[in-house]
Amino acid sequence: MDEPAAETALPSNAGFARRSLYILSANPVSFVALGGFGLIVLAAVFGPWLAPYDPLLTDAAIALQAPTAAHWFGTDQLGRDVFSRVLVATRLDLTISVLAVALSFVVGAGIGTMAGYYGGRADRIASRVVDTIMAFPLFVLAMGIVAAMGNSVENIIYATAIINVPFYARVARAEANIRRNAGFVQAAKLSGNSGMRIVGMHLFPNALPPMAVQASLNLGWAILNAAGLSFIGLGVKPPTPEWGIMVAEGANFIVSGEWWLALFPGGALMITVFTFNLMGDALRDIVDPRKRT
Amino acid sequence: MTAAAAQHPLVAVDGLTVEFTTRDGIVTAVSDVSFSLAPGETLGIVGESGSGKSVTSYALMRILDDNGRVAAGDISYSGVDLVAADDKTMRAIRGREISMIFQNPRSALNPIRKVGDQIADVLRQHGMAAGVEARRRAVALLETVRIQQPEARYHAYPHELSGGMCQRVVIALALACEPRVLIADEPTTGLDVTTQKTILDLVRDLAGERGMSMALITHDLGLAAEYCDRLIVMKAGKVVEAASTEALFNNPQHAYTRALIRATPRRGARLRSLLPENDPRRGQPQPEANLRQGDSAAGGQPLVSVKELVKSFAPAASGLPFLKPKAPATPAVRAVDAISFDIWPGESVGLVGESGCGKSTTSLMLMRLLDPTSGSILFEGEDIAATPSGRFPKHPMRSKLQMVFQDPTDSLNPRFTAQQCIADPVARLGGLSGRKAIADRAAELADMVRFPRGLLDRFPHQLSGGQKARVGIARALALRPSFLVLDEPTAALDVSVQAVVLNLLADLRSELGLTYLFVSHDLTVVRLLCERVIVMRAGKIIEQGRTDDVMDNPQSDYTATLLAASPQPPAALL
Amino acid sequence: MGGFVRGRMIARRIIQALPVLFGVVLVTFLLTRALPGDPAAYFAGPAADAKSIAQIRESLGLDRPLPEQFWLYLKDLATGDLGVSISTGQPVMAELARRLPASLELTLGALLISLAIAVPMGVLAATRPGRPIDHFCRILATAGVSLPTFFTGLALLFIFYYLLGWAPAPIGRLDFAYLPPDPVTGFYVIDALLAGDTETAVAAFSQLILPMATLALFTLAPITRMTRGAMLQALGSDFIRTAKAAGLSRRKIIGRYAFQNAMLPVVTTLGMVFSFTLGANVLVEKVFAWPGIGSFAVEALVVSDYAAVQGFVLSMALLFVCLNLAIDILYTLIDPRVSIDG
Repeated sequence: MDEPAAETALPSNAGFARRSLYILSANPVSFVALGGFGLIVLAAVFGPWLAPYDPLLTDAAIALQAPTAAHWFGTDQLGRDVFSRVLVATRLDLTISVLAVALSFVVGAGIGTMAGYYGGRADRIASRVVDTIMAFPLFVLAMGIVAAMGNSVENIIYATAIINVPFYARVARAEANIRRNAGFVQAAKLSGNSGMRIVGMHLFPNALPPMAVQASLNLGWAILNAAGLSFIGLGVKPPTPEWGIMVAEGANFIVSGEWWLALFPGGALMITVFTFNLMGDALRDIVDPRKRT
Repeated sequence: MTAAAAQHPLVAVDGLTVEFTTRDGIVTAVSDVSFSLAPGETLGIVGESGSGKSVTSYALMRILDDNGRVAAGDISYSGVDLVAADDKTMRAIRGREISMIFQNPRSALNPIRKVGDQIADVLRQHGMAAGVEARRRAVALLETVRIQQPEARYHAYPHELSGGMCQRVVIALALACEPRVLIADEPTTGLDVTTQKTILDLVRDLAGERGMSMALITHDLGLAAEYCDRLIVMKAGKVVEAASTEALFNNPQHAYTRALIRATPRRGARLRSLLPENDPRRGQPQPEANLRQGDSAAGGQPLVSVKELVKSFAPAASGLPFLKPKAPATPAVRAVDAISFDIWPGESVGLVGESGCGKSTTSLMLMRLLDPTSGSILFEGEDIAATPSGRFPKHPMRSKLQMVFQDPTDSLNPRFTAQQCIADPVARLGGLSGRKAIADRAAELADMVRFPRGLLDRFPHQLSGGQKARVGIARALALRPSFLVLDEPTAALDVSVQAVVLNLLADLRSELGLTYLFVSHDLTVVRLLCERVIVMRAGKIIEQGRTDDVMDNPQSDYTATLLAASPQPPAALL
Repeated sequence: MGGFVRGRMIARRIIQALPVLFGVVLVTFLLTRALPGDPAAYFAGPAADAKSIAQIRESLGLDRPLPEQFWLYLKDLATGDLGVSISTGQPVMAELARRLPASLELTLGALLISLAIAVPMGVLAATRPGRPIDHFCRILATAGVSLPTFFTGLALLFIFYYLLGWAPAPIGRLDFAYLPPDPVTGFYVIDALLAGDTETAVAAFSQLILPMATLALFTLAPITRMTRGAMLQALGSDFIRTAKAAGLSRRKIIGRYAFQNAMLPVVTTLGMVFSFTLGANVLVEKVFAWPGIGSFAVEALVVSDYAAVQGFVLSMALLFVCLNLAIDILYTLIDPRVSIDG
């Protein structure tokens, strides 16, 4: 070759995996997060089979017992086993947030990429819709939506999805917009690609990494939102085991000292969100090391 | 080097080694670099990207990033050990004794502070002036760097000034405390050649008046030759040669210096002579234009004929209709203002001008990526401007008009391998189907541009600048076009790579019978490849004609200014 | 740039907020009409008979076309009529106005506290990368946003009220032993101080401190994270290198050059923090039985008091639009690069 030899000695394809491993190993917390994430997924999938008691089984005789060897997390005011309830609730909490995030990811990515690439009227309409959603305090908007559409679990998912759409739309729009005049997009036009093909094959794959980071950081927030809504009595109804509503029920017993009712579901919620946020941080470090905080 | 300089250097760097701690471990950016700077002399530090020339100057100023450190060596200024000096001493030296100016002048200034105040800050810091006096001195400094209306400009913010003006402010800031040494780190990169000349002349004059020593860091040998007394050439963190400017050009000792001098385009150089000594093609004749139907003089139909082409951009819309003033505050900007020219088959035409002259807009319209406001573009006699750019991908002429883009990094999809980049047009419009057929064609194209087949499965970030440029060229050739727009195809490349790519383009033209429109800001480069040249300024064509005629005997003052401003290395030895 | 141009830009910002305002009102209106089934039945409440439902239908114009209903809705809004709360029997507007000061006292107090802690902490972390303060900030940034506000509130309550007995019982803004001070600002602590009644001020503050701390803990993390990030970015800019090369002192470089530039992105993203805070406010009010508009809305939700809920959503959104407008204007004033068209 006629290029200077030093220039050709660049990393090959194996680089990405190695670099990811290097970044992860530089921050051992990421491995802890990975392990925690595995446990949470296990609990979500196999929770009902792993639970030592029926989460709905009441027994007034053992009501409000502090944690014991038989009931690790104690029992609630109706004598139900708190540990079983916390474990079984994992699936519902995760389902709500994962579905909501997936929904907003798809809708936001579509709207954002098109708006960013085509510009003009499509962009103005999309931006106006996004701005209007963002003009509400998001949790308050979710409350309004659930109140209006009806108090059900599906509507919690829709409401959480709607308030999350702006984040994805904005990231996708920005990513598409900075590249709409990039050389490779111009070259794609010269190669005979149609507009939709450029959006789908050239712009979207490039917007994917920051969107994935956004999604993983967003997942924790979505869980908090959904749990917050059930904490104030929206969506999930008792006696269904769900972390938010369990904390709400336990709240009444805090001032009389029965701390375990609220602590364990609240702690499970906190640890789950924390794990997801750590995963998001690790993913961002891999995708874009400059944004590391 | 004079005897006095050797005895009392103002700055002495001895065995400097700088290391950076990165994710890939410890990287040595500069190793065992030694040089000295005598009072009043101008030293050029020359090298291509990654040669460690900027890092050397940062180490001297002790403004390396946090992950960098001086691992070995000494730096002394007037007897003060700069490596060991405490922070307080360094602060007193920076700006007061040694100053620095940078590339990207606009980002080198605090965006939310008035430029005058930024100069006054430096004066106050070093106790040169206080209160109103600092303000008065700042205005005087703005006048020294020849800024018009200095009192008014004192209150300007960087975004309100042009790049050249910002660089003048940075110079004023650097000279505020009358330092004895000025380090200029690529001070004119990104500026137009005419601005480059005025800025460097200004720096030279000011340094001369004050008897300052200067270190000019640049990648441009021509520039170094014109402004420096002595040069050191750096490569991969090491000094490969140090000599007086004259000696370096007349009798370069190191093979790298010779290759660098050779690869730098200068007046009178031939395309083949830019190549390194060991390149087999050096001996071959210059590839000739393949003029199928004769050139303009021989008559025949032009391949491309542009008539009265106009592109105007509307002023930014106010957004709210009821707030709009009755008459638009600013008239539409005519980026391209009724230009006409012809290109004959087999020709290579240069389109030259400074930034904002409309050359890129013109090439985008020719490529049908942008719709003209009015005028026509005849290609093989058909008006292709009649089809809107949005529908042009389906136009039968699409495959005949292709383009090579300026920045090879920006023009390759980061998620596509080299193979996918080249295959994309083949799969869309190439008329081939089946994975195998398309892959074969991509491999064939890679051979054509001498891109190693083994690298086809790599992503752009795993390729060198020259390799990326080849992928871009292969992609442009994929649809067997007859007309190529080359939009500054070598502007982002080091000169040694530029030499190779220019030769490749010349070879391809004669092999494939292509017609080129070569868009560039650099007349010297254009001369190497083009028979004819068009000079543009402010949307209009100033001059066009045979390249040699235009360059040896320019008819317009503007062309003459452009030519005079472009730096030339001495044409010695080769 | 002259004061006139600045004035015009501020006027422009205000005008630009109008479409957003319209969007907010429209969405709120649509939410009331999106109720499945007969909205009139919902607004009348579960105890209503056919006659009162018909009356509601009449007054809301529910038998007319949607655009006309919207016009009626706008007219009602203009006169401050948000309907009647079925749970309290009072006009929603009056209920909200009465409870708003309690919410504002809590929210603004929490924001001030967290800004006062988070901004210096972010700056410290950014200027000492890799040091303990930096690591602490990074952990805080991730852990802080993982805290469910309602859970932190309960934890604080358990520790400081039940275990330690330092904090008063969560029974609202003031213990029954005290009389609320004469309303001037509506903020009990300030009003009591204005009236010279230190004892009441201390009592009101002791009630405020736990919910305020809960909310402040929640906003601390994002503000620290933003400040640290913006500061790091500013410190890595070219103009900081110029300032260093010119020999400016570290204090001037960090304090004037870097900090002022770093505050711009922090101010812009403060809007997002407000959004989260107003949402978290609802949860905190419920935990501490704080008599603000958030707990009012939660009570209304439980009994399906739709007029009250919609009034709450609208007033929160209007509050938020105003806060964002204030941020925009602030930004216009401090960033010289904001152009008229920006």
